[in-house]
Amino acid sequence: MTYILRYLPAPMLSLILLVTWLLMVRSTAFGQVLLGVVLAIGIPLLTRQFWLPFPRVKHPIKLLRFFLCVLGDIVVANLHVSLLILSPKREPHPGFVEYPLQVKDRLAITLLANTITMTPGTVSTNIRIDQTSLLIHVLDMEDEQQLIEEIHQRYERPLKEIFEC
Amino acid sequence: MTLNLIAEAAVSLLLILGGLFAFVGSLGMLQFKDFFMRLHSPTKGTTLGIGCVLIASMIYFSVTQREPHIQELLITLFLFITAPVTGHMLAKTGLHMHLRFITGTRGSLPELMDEDVGQSRFARPARPKPPGGLKTRREQLLKSRGR
Amino acid sequence: MLTVALWISLTFIVLALAMNVYRLVIGPDIPDRLLALDTMYVNAIALIVIAGLWFNTKTYFEAAMLIALLGFISTMAICRYLLRGDIIE
Repeated sequence: MTYILRYLPAPMLSLILLVTWLLMVRSTAFGQVLLGVVLAIGIPLLTRQFWLPFPRVKHPIKLLRFFLCVLGDIVVANLHVSLLILSPKREPHPGFVEYPLQVKDRLAITLLANTITMTPGTVSTNIRIDQTSLLIHVLDMEDEQQLIEEIHQRYERPLKEIFEC
Repeated sequence: MTLNLIAEAAVSLLLILGGLFAFVGSLGMLQFKDFFMRLHSPTKGTTLGIGCVLIASMIYFSVTQREPHIQELLITLFLFITAPVTGHMLAKTGLHMHLRFITGTRGSLPELMDEDVGQSRFARPARPKPPGGLKTRREQLLKSRGR
Repeated sequence: MLTVALWISLTFIVLALAMNVYRLVIGPDIPDRLLALDTMYVNAIALIVIAGLWFNTKTYFEAAMLIALLGFISTMAICRYLLRGDIIE
């Protein structure tokens, strides 16, 4: 087992590389599969020292549900922004909000920041160097506390459940 | 026959939706009054628009060539992963360059620390002040034009 | 039906590109121009994919892929240059 882990440090990354390669060459001929396997083993070995240790995903089903929820929210976000753009009479009230982070894991923070950018009316702008808070620009802000609470309930809690406990 | 018709309708709908979202995204970029508000529409609207167009292309080629054709999924995923990163970096650049935002923006704006801009493992020499000269010259120019 | 949809979509995307060019020209600050360029390459991908549908060929896939990759990397490089005054250190 350790022997396998030594030459295959990130099995998931290798699998993704292989699938990407096969999709890019648009063929499943034997030669291409062989080349893909060589790349999938070689690239993680060569870039091993760049990678931080990946956190374990505790609940894959919750992760899937989270992605579906975010996908739905992206569509809602677009309709929301489109309405704001297409009705010039309504003046939006922009604002900056400092959001206190509770997740500690780097991958979870990255996912949270990306989710915030893709979902209704918010763009993440800056992460403090000590990873304690996230600065968010809001396109149309009504109530600061309510927004923080909503982000916490909707996105941060699932991420915390997925990665930490 | 009916399958082709349904597929054609879906492809047409997705194409029109995609075009519409891309259009609205660019319109928002044209219309909003400051940089941080302009940032919102391309990161959301244009990305979803291109996603719709790519999925339309995927369905079209899968139906006409009678074999699954999922290569476009690669571009779609890539765009959906990179769009928030681009938005984040652009917003950070905007904060760093002290871009003005419209009056009425709520919330206080913290000053970016030097180490907030990027983290480096090596001590680096002190950097000259960020382009202050450029900005003042621009402001003078704007003032002389009476804006 | 498909031809009409292609025309409509093409019109919208060309209009979007025109607005991006306008923002690129008037954009008051450098990040505005950068944002316009970033949006332009995403719209260019849409244009290329629609051209692929129009001529019924898959050859354009690689071009779209390359534009996506290079656009992202170049935007990141310029942002980094504006932030740090340096790209690789």
